[in-house]
Amino acid sequence: MDFGFTTAAYVVAAILFILSLGGLSGQESAKRAVWYGIVGMALAVAATLIGPGTGFWFLSIILIAGGGAIGYQLATKVQMTQMPELVAAMHSLVGLAAVFVGLIAHFEIGRVSGFLAAGGDPYELGTFAALIAKKTGVELSILRVELFLGVFIGAVTFTGSVIAYGKLAGRVSSKAEKLPGGHFLNIAAAAIAVVTLIWYFNTGGFLPLFLMTLAALFIGYHLIMGIGGADMPVVVSMLNSYSGWAAAAIGFSLGNDLLIVVGALVGSSGAILSYIMCKAMNRSFVSVILGGFGGPAGEQMAVEGEQVAIEVDGVAAMLNEADSVIIIPGYGMAVAQAQQAVSELVKKLRAKGKNVRFAIHPVAGRLPGHMNVLLAEAKVPYDIVMEMDEINDDFPSTDVAIVIGSNDIVNPAAQDDPNSPIAGMPVLECWKAKNVIVSKRGQGTGYSGIENPLFFKDNTRMLYGDAKASLDKLLPLID
Amino acid sequence: MKIGTPKEIFDGEHRVAMTPESALQLQKLGHECLIEAGAGHASGFADEKYAEAGVEVVKTAAALWKAADVVAKVRVPDDAEMKKLRSDQTLISFFSPVADEAKMQAAAKKGATVVAMEMIPRISRAQKMDALSSMANIAGYRAVIEAGNNFGRFFTGQITAAGKVPPAKVLVVGAGVAGLAAIGTATSLGAITYAFDVRPEVAEQVESMGAQFVYLDFEEEQQDGAVTGGYASVSSPEFREAQLAKFRELAPEVDIVITTALIPNREAPELWTEDMVAAMKPGSVIVDLAAEKGGNCKLTKMDEKFVTENGVTIIGYTDFPSRMGAQASTLYATNIRHLMTDLTPAKDGVINHNMEDDVIRGATIAHASEVTFPPPPPKINAIAQQKNKPAAPKAPTPEEKRAAEIAAFKKQTKNQVTLLAVGGALLLAVGLVAPASFMQHFIVFVLSVFIGFQVIWGVAHSLHTPLMAVTNAISSIIILGALMQIGSGSILVVVLAALSVFMCGINIFGGFLVTRRMLAMFQKS
Repeated sequence: MDFGFTTAAYVVAAILFILSLGGLSGQESAKRAVWYGIVGMALAVAATLIGPGTGFWFLSIILIAGGGAIGYQLATKVQMTQMPELVAAMHSLVGLAAVFVGLIAHFEIGRVSGFLAAGGDPYELGTFAALIAKKTGVELSILRVELFLGVFIGAVTFTGSVIAYGKLAGRVSSKAEKLPGGHFLNIAAAAIAVVTLIWYFNTGGFLPLFLMTLAALFIGYHLIMGIGGADMPVVVSMLNSYSGWAAAAIGFSLGNDLLIVVGALVGSSGAILSYIMCKAMNRSFVSVILGGFGGPAGEQMAVEGEQVAIEVDGVAAMLNEADSVIIIPGYGMAVAQAQQAVSELVKKLRAKGKNVRFAIHPVAGRLPGHMNVLLAEAKVPYDIVMEMDEINDDFPSTDVAIVIGSNDIVNPAAQDDPNSPIAGMPVLECWKAKNVIVSKRGQGTGYSGIENPLFFKDNTRMLYGDAKASLDKLLPLID
Repeated sequence: MKIGTPKEIFDGEHRVAMTPESALQLQKLGHECLIEAGAGHASGFADEKYAEAGVEVVKTAAALWKAADVVAKVRVPDDAEMKKLRSDQTLISFFSPVADEAKMQAAAKKGATVVAMEMIPRISRAQKMDALSSMANIAGYRAVIEAGNNFGRFFTGQITAAGKVPPAKVLVVGAGVAGLAAIGTATSLGAITYAFDVRPEVAEQVESMGAQFVYLDFEEEQQDGAVTGGYASVSSPEFREAQLAKFRELAPEVDIVITTALIPNREAPELWTEDMVAAMKPGSVIVDLAAEKGGNCKLTKMDEKFVTENGVTIIGYTDFPSRMGAQASTLYATNIRHLMTDLTPAKDGVINHNMEDDVIRGATIAHASEVTFPPPPPKINAIAQQKNKPAAPKAPTPEEKRAAEIAAFKKQTKNQVTLLAVGGALLLAVGLVAPASFMQHFIVFVLSVFIGFQVIWGVAHSLHTPLMAVTNAISSIIILGALMQIGSGSILVVVLAALSVFMCGINIFGGFLVTRRMLAMFQKS
């Protein structure tokens, strides 16, 4: 096989990947889109294996099959509520792979230059080596920058994803934590990276590359440690973006266009997702990444009134009388694994001819679209699941709004209190419904630690307790 | 002014346009009241009661028509009565300007003023005079009572020592005033009530009365009720088909059907076809309130009750209000009284027929020797226009909209041009220093980023998690890098490459499988 075939296969694969992403514009076409992605990937791997310059292809297949078996296990065993963790964990693998591939490229450069100096024929060493051998001095320098970048981004992605995984899985405290020195440590690490870049650019030695890798690993760790759990949707999509850019950078250094194309697709996809998430929280990307909400500009409005509790029978009476109900799920629903119970409730209410819908805030949950996936798992039909903009105007004509485990996304302070840390963030205006029921574990504040005036409103009733337990008690009372 | 009410001469008409109670109120406006002897008899108001209320009881109709300046009655005058009508006399009664056009012309020629109760505009201010609504209310109530009278079972479900009684199922077609009254009556009797109307906006009213609204699986922009003055308009053939199909589905289940569907100035639409009647259970009852306009069921015989071959009773009475004479008279007399109040604004017994007034103008069909029908459209709409898009309360004028669009377009163009210029300059700058081989890849990179941005914006919001899983899977394309190098050289390289291949393998399979799992869960209701 020659280069022509491989390139042709790459073109087809690239088109399939683009179609695969584009197909996600609708639920039905998405199912087809995944197949495009799978075929594209299979084609790319097969073309590379039978293409020129590879060896150990038998070993490669065994390794892929082994990895595939583990991946299969993970994908079939994972619970839908653990989806954010899984995605974060997988990002870390891509990051690490990028680091390795970058390092290999570095070794190759060294080996080829040694080989050439000895007067050998570079074509005996394989395609990549041949490619390097043909490069001029300037090109070699650019190559070094590219692989340096690839390793840097890959390393940041790796540790960042590991920490994000830890936070999402609850193994690392989800609070925003920083080592003493805060952002100065990050800046120092970044400075080291720049210095080592210049060093590496000039010498091409392994030591600067190694030092930089350590610095990048530290940056990934420290950056994500400093971001609170509530911002995780942004972090995960940002890491997604990084893994793409890392692939693109590696693609440059290897001169592989398919890597570049796919890396750029993934990178821009993650970047757009981060942008959408940030917009939904009305915060700039920088402020999310640098962590913390920043000090409030003035005195926050004091919340007056008291939280009025309600028991399940009261909720049942309210729901039995209601004609229209909107449910606002949040991360609390995922934590309590209450999506099945919610689905059951919806089924019962809909059977009685009530208009039941879901209102999903863009940043509800810990991953973009997290709630949609959980509700889909519980077999809630997707046509009653609405986005914020679709449903926000309907609250005034709604009898009961049920808030299950969400807090900041239904906080009226975002609109009423200009000094609130979340002022200006678009929120679901559930307090405009005739009655609001909030299912919540206790009286504490949510993730962001902000007092929520919603809980103190006259038309709000607090249903304390674990969401799943409360719903299980509620279900038999709905007749 | 003297207001006189003659006895209704239409056969079987029990109503009367003046009651002792309304006479008292009319006298407070400075009018004198006259009534023909025996006029209130059929609805239970004796002549003595009128006399007690200060009403002059006149022996004959002729004397009454002669003495009265204003004649208030229920039914449209017959030919004999039309002869008695004289110039400068005001006649207030039900008077259809379309069906009784000749009489309208005659009255106008005579110089009499005719106020038609049918023509009272449906605006809030005129509701107190809206005799159609008050009569329809009675008709709806009575329709259920008549149905119950001919229905051999309870309305409400009961479990008794003597066995279990299922509740009756009632379907009300057309949720106007009569329909809503029927719904209210049927539900309060304990029946399971369904209701249908072509105007989806009345679903809320139907549900507020305790019935279930029958929804069709049909998307059609029904004409806004506000445009047609709150009445139903003609629906499209497709819509009609969907509607009939739904009714066919319901026919075997329901015990009582009450149809009230009328479209102004048209024959009643056929909604309950013969095959639906055939599908109904024996003992079922159909009450067709549209019988006068041909009936919503074509089997209906006007003013008759009959039983079909399969034992379904079809009631086509048109005199439901008259069957409740006392109630109907009280309400109608009150409507007339309110109208007189508007006609005598100074309460001095002098009628000021103000043709500038929307309500009076609308209801007057003959005045000052001229036919004044049809009236100009009222100045205020009967119902507030429904807001189609609550998000856009103040609709910008077309010019403003265009200006805004042009401004937005210009801004967009400016942004894009700036971006392109900056991007192009950057590319050029890179191109100046970088070697050609790099630029080749760089162009691919830039184009891919561009495609990525274009494609990802279209991704549905609810699919963001699957998107992340898919991008995660395909970002393991980095496996190609490892595969290309695994075969070359040192053991360190082989180990690192093998590890990369392994990890990417996990990622590829895991990512795609998880995505498929997620997508498989999305389902429509």
